[in-house]
Amino acid sequence: MKRTIPLLITAVGGFVLMASYFIPPAQSWGENVSIWFDILSSIAFVLGGANLLMSHLKSISDRKSGWGYSAVVLISFLGTLFIGFGKIGVRPSAQFPNMAWTGYYREMGSGFWFIYQYGYTPLTATLFAMLAFYIASAAFRAFRAKNVEAALLLGTAFIVLLGRTFAGVALTSWIDPSKWSGFRYFTGLKIENLTVLIMSVFNTAGNRAIMIGIALGIVAASLKVLIGADRSYLGKD
Amino acid sequence: MRDFLLQQWWLVVIVLGSLAPLAAQFVSRGFLPALRTLDRRWIFLLMFWAVLVPIYFVGVTGRTFPEIPGELAKATFNEIENLHAGDPVLLAFDYDPSSEGELSPMATAFVKQCAEKKLKMYFIALWPVGSQLADATINDVLKADFPNLVYGRDYVNLGYKSGNEGVIKVIVTNLRELYTTDSRGTPLQDIPMMRGIQNIQQMKLVIDISAGYPGIKEWVQYAVTPFPETIHLVGGSTGVQAPQLYPYVPRQLPGLLGAIKGAAEYEKLVIDKYGGPHPDPKYLDGLRRMGPQLVAHLLIIFLIVMANILYFADKGRESRS
Repeated sequence: MKRTIPLLITAVGGFVLMASYFIPPAQSWGENVSIWFDILSSIAFVLGGANLLMSHLKSISDRKSGWGYSAVVLISFLGTLFIGFGKIGVRPSAQFPNMAWTGYYREMGSGFWFIYQYGYTPLTATLFAMLAFYIASAAFRAFRAKNVEAALLLGTAFIVLLGRTFAGVALTSWIDPSKWSGFRYFTGLKIENLTVLIMSVFNTAGNRAIMIGIALGIVAASLKVLIGADRSYLGKD
Repeated sequence: MRDFLLQQWWLVVIVLGSLAPLAAQFVSRGFLPALRTLDRRWIFLLMFWAVLVPIYFVGVTGRTFPEIPGELAKATFNEIENLHAGDPVLLAFDYDPSSEGELSPMATAFVKQCAEKKLKMYFIALWPVGSQLADATINDVLKADFPNLVYGRDYVNLGYKSGNEGVIKVIVTNLRELYTTDSRGTPLQDIPMMRGIQNIQQMKLVIDISAGYPGIKEWVQYAVTPFPETIHLVGGSTGVQAPQLYPYVPRQLPGLLGAIKGAAEYEKLVIDKYGGPHPDPKYLDGLRRMGPQLVAHLLIIFLIVMANILYFADKGRESRS
């Protein structure tokens, strides 16, 4: 029963969604299944929060290496929850000026806004910005023309890297049909035009092939899940 | 440039001074041995200056590189330009602050063009903090430069809903099943511009600013593909994601802005038409950020060339020995 009911829910949900796509009268069924999915995904946030609490509390109680980071996570998580739910620093709304907690929890100057603006935003932006340093280091250490394929990749990377900046335009600005009419046959060799060619022809062709392959794989894998042949997503017990 | 270097001589001294030990290593140990054992912290320092100096240069001089809009930027601009005043447009902010550097310039330019065209703007988000980013853009653009636009009449922020593509699947046929209030909790029936809006097929255009999943790809798959006649989509994405979206151009995705380059091209079109003689610097962020991108890209190319010189030199030495 523990496995049969989830299997049935999966199969019914999947086949209803498929039917709703191809049979117009079944469209509202598909809507209902999608709403169930959205409700479940909202509940998943609560489960995710509980899981976060449990795993980090365990790390702290076991004094695992790096347990201090777990403490930081828990303090940040619970602090943000408290400030958000408690509407700390939120002024009452203009409509109900004498009633606490009527304001908008994200309004400018509120505690939650402060955490977002001066905590979350700079932290995530910093983490992302650090990629530039690691990309530069990786480019120096790993990007070698060891064979023909790697050399082609290298050449393509140079063209695209230059083509995404003004350097590409400047380097081949001499291919100018107004200076010599014969250049009109070679404008495709301008770096910015080569970049467009690479992105819109070679990249598109390659990506389409990969996407079609993935889509076929997803169809096969999904069918296995829907008919119950693949039950790995249910776990072991 | 020369004037800048002369005026900011102290910066030149700091940059050269910080790199002097590296130069000394190359002189004392020889080019290839020094390159072979180059500490990666020198690369980090080079990248630091490659980004910081152009940011400072653009900040001090206000100069940007000229930008020639490409076909995709023009197509994106024209899709919005072809709409009429009062047409409803859905703006999906599917990104978070980590991608703000790349995506906020195009978000700002999208909202400015929509406001200039007097379109009715419906903001939503499939990413948890997308709604805050929409609020920030509304504050920066609509409240600051279009004070005549009224919340609820000309624009509304419907906020974030969890469920990723599940949300798209529902709102393409029934928006009100999921959205009963805006992001501030105001019931939709109390919002004048929501009257008569039942689903997003009624939008004349969907504009998605996307940093990954869920994003443009999911909008193509779950909105445009089932309803190709009624839902039209353009978007802006990060550089990492853009190559995966080209396969949808032009039929399912007529306009696409890729990374800061796409933002700069689109900004140029918006500013040329609506910027006036002295556009506000916030509408030039994409163009300004092309400076650091240029120098950082040149540095990466330089590092790859150096690494390959070292590789072929070592290979030659091995084959000789």
